Parts: sequence; C-alpha cells; structure tokens
Amino acid sequence: MRDTPSRRALFQIGAVVLALLITTVVLMAAKAPPLAAYSNIVLGALGSWDVASNVLVSWVPLLLVTSGLLLTFTVGLWNIGIEGQVTLGAIFATWALRDLGSSGWSPTVIIVVAVLAGMAGGALWAMLAGALKTFGGVNEIFGGLGLNFVATALNIWLIFGPWKRPGVASMSGTLPFDQSLWMPTLNPQSRLSLITVAIAIVAIIAVYLMIQGTYFGLRLKAVGKNPKAAYLLGIPTWQHMMASFALCGLFAGIAGAIQVTAVYHRLIPSISSGYGYLGLMVAMLINYKAAFAAPVALFFAALNVGSIQLPIVLKLDSSLAGVLQGTLVLFVLLGQGLRQRVLKKSQVGS
Amino acid sequence: MHVELRDIDKTFGKVHANANISLNIPPASIQGILGENGAGKSTLMKIFSGFYTPDAGQILLDGEAVSIRSPADAIRHGVGMLHQDPLDFPPMRIIDDFILGREGGLFPNRRAAAKEFRELAGRFDFSLDPDAYVDTLTVGERQQLEILRLLWLGARILILDEPTTGISLPQKEKLFATLKKLAAEGMTILFVSHKLEDVEFLCDRAAVLRQGELVGVAEPPFDTRQLVEMMFGKEVPLAPKKKATPGAKVLSVKAVSLEDVRLQIRGVDLHVRAGEVIGLAGMEGSGQSLFLGACAGLTQPVAGSFCLDEDERDMTGRSHHDFKKEGVAYLPAARLEQGLVPGLSLTEHFVLSEGMRGLFIDRKRAESLARERISLFNIKGAPDSLVEALSGGNQQRALLALMRSPLSLILVEHPTRGLDIESTIYIWGKLKERCAQGTAIVFISSDLDEILQYSDRVLVFFAGQVSPPLRADSLNVEQLGALIGGKGWESLHKEAVNA
Repeated sequence: MRDTPSRRALFQIGAVVLALLITTVVLMAAKAPPLAAYSNIVLGALGSWDVASNVLVSWVPLLLVTSGLLLTFTVGLWNIGIEGQVTLGAIFATWALRDLGSSGWSPTVIIVVAVLAGMAGGALWAMLAGALKTFGGVNEIFGGLGLNFVATALNIWLIFGPWKRPGVASMSGTLPFDQSLWMPTLNPQSRLSLITVAIAIVAIIAVYLMIQGTYFGLRLKAVGKNPKAAYLLGIPTWQHMMASFALCGLFAGIAGAIQVTAVYHRLIPSISSGYGYLGLMVAMLINYKAAFAAPVALFFAALNVGSIQLPIVLKLDSSLAGVLQGTLVLFVLLGQGLRQRVLKKSQVGS
Repeated sequence: MHVELRDIDKTFGKVHANANISLNIPPASIQGILGENGAGKSTLMKIFSGFYTPDAGQILLDGEAVSIRSPADAIRHGVGMLHQDPLDFPPMRIIDDFILGREGGLFPNRRAAAKEFRELAGRFDFSLDPDAYVDTLTVGERQQLEILRLLWLGARILILDEPTTGISLPQKEKLFATLKKLAAEGMTILFVSHKLEDVEFLCDRAAVLRQGELVGVAEPPFDTRQLVEMMFGKEVPLAPKKKATPGAKVLSVKAVSLEDVRLQIRGVDLHVRAGEVIGLAGMEGSGQSLFLGACAGLTQPVAGSFCLDEDERDMTGRSHHDFKKEGVAYLPAARLEQGLVPGLSLTEHFVLSEGMRGLFIDRKRAESLARERISLFNIKGAPDSLVEALSGGNQQRALLALMRSPLSLILVEHPTRGLDIESTIYIWGKLKERCAQGTAIVFISSDLDEILQYSDRVLVFFAGQVSPPLRADSLNVEQLGALIGGKGWESLHKEAVNA
C-alpha cells in the first residue's frame, strides 16, 4: 500500500467516525439521547451571536498556547508546563494592573504593560523548565508538571493571601479591576475583544512564518529531528531549546494576560482553565502543522462552549466535550500509528 | 555437550553474514572463534544463542537436532551467551539480577537463591556481594555475575563474545582460570575474540571466519602468521604512493589521556602536518573513536592538551564548535544517526552547514548552493530530496559536501564503510583533493588495505594502548593485523624511531 493523500484522508476520517462512535457509546451508557446531545452542542456553539462570540473568546487563548507549543514541539520538547506558564502570565499581568492601577498612567499604557508583564511571567516560567532540563538533567515533562503545581499553589496563595478581597477571601478570585483597565470589548455585554482575536491571529501567522521560512525555524527543526547531527552541523543545541521554551512561554503569558484583562477582569483560581493541556491535544491532532492550528483550535473551542448547554438542557455533565476531544486525538494518533505499520509491512513485502 | 553447527546461513539485506558455516565442537573443550569486525562471528553466535533465526542450517546438540528460536529456548537447551556488553540490569541488586530469567513461582525465594549464589561464587573464587547494586561493579565483575547466572540457569555450553575487552589483567587471569576449570568439568566453551594472544593461550582449537565464511580451523601449537593471514587475507600489492611533503603543524596532541566507561588511553603524542593523512587502525572499540572525538573537542581529555596550527594554540577544554570555527571538521561513522538530519532536505542541510544568516531563508541562494554542491560531489539526489532517501554512498558524499572551506583538519570515521568500489574511490579522490590544498586528514578504518593505501602514518589502537606513529610504507597487512590483534607490540618502539 502506498502513502497517498487520499489514503491519509481515509485514516483521518476513520478516526473522526470512531471518536464519534465511542462518544455515542458513552452517551448511551449514560442513558442520554446521543442525537439530542450532539445537536445541543452545535446549537450551544453556533445558536446565537452571543454563544458564537463566546467560542471566539475561548479560541483566542487556545490558539495562543497552540502557537507556542508548535515551537517547542518543533525543537523536540514536550512543554507540558504550559499550564503553569499561562498561570504565571495571568499572575504577572494582575500584578502590573494592581500596581499601576493608581499610578495615574493612561489605561491603554497600563494594559499594554500588563500584557508585556504577562509575557515576561510566562517566559520566565518556561525558561525555568528549560533550565531544569538543560542544566539539571530534569526531563521537561516532569519539570513542567512540577512547575504547574507550583504555579497553581502560588496563584491560590496570592488570591487568598496578599491579593485577597477586602474583608473575606473568596474562591471567586481577587476584586475585579477598575473598568477602565478592562481590555475594550465589542460592546459592554460581550466578553469578546477584537484586539485579542487580532493578537491570536498574528501569533499563529508569526509562528507559521517562523517555522516555514526563517533560518531560526530551520535550526529548530534540525535540533528537534536529530540533536546530535545538528550539533555537528554547528548549531548550538541547548540555546535553541531554551529559545523555543522562552518563546512558547511568551505566547502562554499573553494568553494568561488576556484571560485576566479581557475575560475575567480579575485573577481567579483556575485562570489557565486547562487551555494548556487542550493546546497540547490540538498540536498533536494537527500533527504539529501550523497551517491547521486555527481551524482545529476553533473546532475545539466550539466543542467546549457548545457543551456548556448540556447540564442545563439534558442534565449531562459538560465534560462530554472532553470525551469527544480526547477520543478524537487518540484515534487520530492511533490512525497514524496503524498507517505507518501498514506502510512498513507493505514495504517489507514488496 | 557435543555441539555441531551444520550449514548455518544468514543474510541481512545484501550482506551475506554467514555462508554455510559448519563447525564441530567436542565436549569439554574451549573453541576459539577468530575474525575481524564484520567477519560474521557475532552473527553465528547470536544464531546459536537464539537472538537471530538462521535462513538455513541446523544446530545439533549431542547429535540431536534442536530448534533454538529465542534466547529462552537456548538456555532451556543449556546454551548460555555472555554478551560483549553484559546484558544485566545496573539499577538492580546483584541477587535480583541473578534470579531473573529463572522460571517458576510467583515469589522468588531470595534467601535460597542467595545461598546458592554464594556457593557458586565460592567455587570460582569470585567475591561478589549479592546485596550490592550491579552498577557498582566493574565490567569484569559484571561478567563474573553473568557467568554465575548462566551456570545457575543450567548452561552447559557457554558462549563468550569478546570477553577480554575492558577488563583488567587480574580479572582476565581469573576469567581464564574459570574457563579452564569449567572446560575440565565438561563444559563446552565458545570463545569469540579478535585477540590472537588470548585465543592462542586459552583455546584447544580455533576457527577463523572472514567475510561470512569459515576460512580455516587451526590447532595448537598455533602459527600466528597463518592465523593473521586467514583473518585478513593475503596481502594485495598496491600501487606505489606519492610521497607527501608534510607542511606546517596542524594539530599537536601532547601527552593526552582519555577515559570512557571501558577504556583508558594514556599519554598519546602526535603531530599532524598539513597535507598529511593519518590512519587509525584497530578493532572497533579499541579507543580510536574516543581519540578522534577528542581531537574534535567532542570529549574532553583527562590530561594533556590539544593544540592547533603552527603556533600551537591550546584548544584543550574548548567545545566542538570552537574547533569547528578553527577549521576542524568531524565526520561521524553513523551518517544518518549523527551526521545528517532525517526529515530535512539536502538544501536545508546546506543552509544549516553554511551558517547562512538573516531572518528569512534566501530560498534562491539556498537552492543554487544545493545544486552546485550536488553536481560538484556527484550526489544522486535532488535539492529537495530528504537525506534518508539517499543511498549510503550518496549520504557519505553529502557529508563531504557539507564540509566548509577552507579546512585545516578533517577527522573522519570509516569514510567508506558499506560503500561500493566506485563510491570508495570517489570519496578518497575528494579527500585527497583537500589534502592537496593543505588540509590534514585523520581517519578511522577497520579495512587494513584502506589504512595502508591512503595513510602516510598509522596509529594502531589495541585495548586502549596506542602505538607511536608508524610509517605506512614500512608496514604490511600482516604486521598491521598482528598489531591489531595485540601481537608484536614489544618491537614497536624500535620502528617508531625510524618513523
């Protein structure tokens, strides 16, 4: 069997069908009507301008973390610490907003500084994982996972400690910022800020161009595919790994800053909302190809927002979106594995 | 146990690793298996011990045909193999390593096993603490552990693959005493080695393999000349070489000592001059790769210094990238594992190796560069061909094409391994072109003819010992073969004076 585009598409479609099948089985096991559930997800994501704009609100951070992760995947690293990097971005942005809120600076400048602070926070946390790997020999998966817990703890401590609401600390987060420090949205009721959408689009285009067209991107690829040979070809390998960590952290930091300034207008305990892990799934699903990041991230965001309806309408848990996303990634990866086995076998046979 | 291997045949792709090999080994004896790298020794032993399945042939134990399809089958029939790199479990305790592979029972009886372990170890005068961890042992002690384990599992035939590499002299003496004792007790032992001295001292018989074929069997008293000739073949008279006129100093190696897990190299001195070719000869793993890597700054010496150029700039402790900036190129033997990046095209390789600068890749320039090099080096491939799709010979050409100009020194491992004659001649033509421009070359090869034909001077490596530089035109294949096998080292210093 030869590897043709149509064969590849066949495996992809097969994966989607199987994922839907498994999710349907899960639904039936939960004694829920599958078709009603699916139609509710679609309605919940696209039924009105309001929910559709929520999909975009969710798309922005997801696309940002996916953009960053494409860089670390290119250099061959598993930046599972991305969750913590988003959290640190949010913390640093909150810090800037709190500190500068009464400085008398123009709100626009303060917001810009807050986003820059978020970038610095994310990059710092990512480089910590990178330094642990480079100088401490700690696998980036373990280091990143550990740092995620530290970031969460730091976040909770800030919310319940130094930054608590006057009077009583609350799981609902810090006191909201002054309305002048909110990222401008489409209208007062909406949480959608076109500026953030623009940032996310610029981010993915920048990453696409970086990987496809720059010397830096080519060197990242070489290090990712064969660090030994890359080193012999004269590429400073660990420096490139650190650089990709730092860049990924920047993107994660922007995502965190946007959650704080544009979406929640305060720091909340679960500020990263699992976007980091979801971004890992998107990156795997698109086989680390930047060109597909935007549509697939949009699809995942739509699933997330659409399933919010389920508890209300069908008394189902909204984690159904996670089931669908997870099985989809699993089957696509399984499909790739099977395809390679089949190819190998037919090569040996011929 | 009486062992008979009958018409064993095995091919890997185009390589005929074992061609109808038949061997007859009486019980209670030590059979030596000699041959150079790639002669087929390890393949034959791996077939016997169940790691490979032969394409054809039979194994008979005490006259009865047996089917050995896995290492577990082998040990069930009493065939135990001691691998060159001990197959043990460094993070485990000795006793746990010892009882692995024993069948039966859900919970191992450690106490009983430890008692048997101590008894067994005592019989051979091995001092191993069953509660110690395997990674605290030396290679020699790990061998002892492996021998005990195989005996405990019921091995009646013991295969040892290059067992004397990386162990100390007292450990070697103890190993030999153990093997003689085991043979006297009825064990059949197959001793695989390229060390003539060890085989001559220990074995009751020696079989010599070359290029997958059994070329002969010898019995004591062994004739070293005859063994070398069987191992390496008859000397081929070569065309006379042009005498090189050595130029300025390029690399000075001063009293360098190197270490890795298995080897220690002490006090190597060498001055390499512009336009000169130095061949590093020796069986694989004798220290030549370690030495070549150190010349490129890839591993750091534990003592001594590396200096570059006539003014002897000290480069000791500097990174490979610093060496590279000074015009030193290093070409690894594992082309696709270390030299090239699978998944990237030829063009992308040239872009990377040239260190092109800027933000966006200049595609036009990159492609014209690739086209130019592809035609210059006669590579059968297009600019956008992925390197893994090229043949071995074309990959080697690509590696050469990736070298920058000018270079003062080229360090290359096995420049023509696995290549056909045409590619071999082509590669050496290109290397010699560089020499004519004043570049010095240091290369490793296990092909003695290649060493003698292309080198001006030769360093011979044997178990970490390094000979003084020997003039290639004063050596012949037989002498070189003997040196590689560890013979004739006493008279070396006399010859070094002439070099």
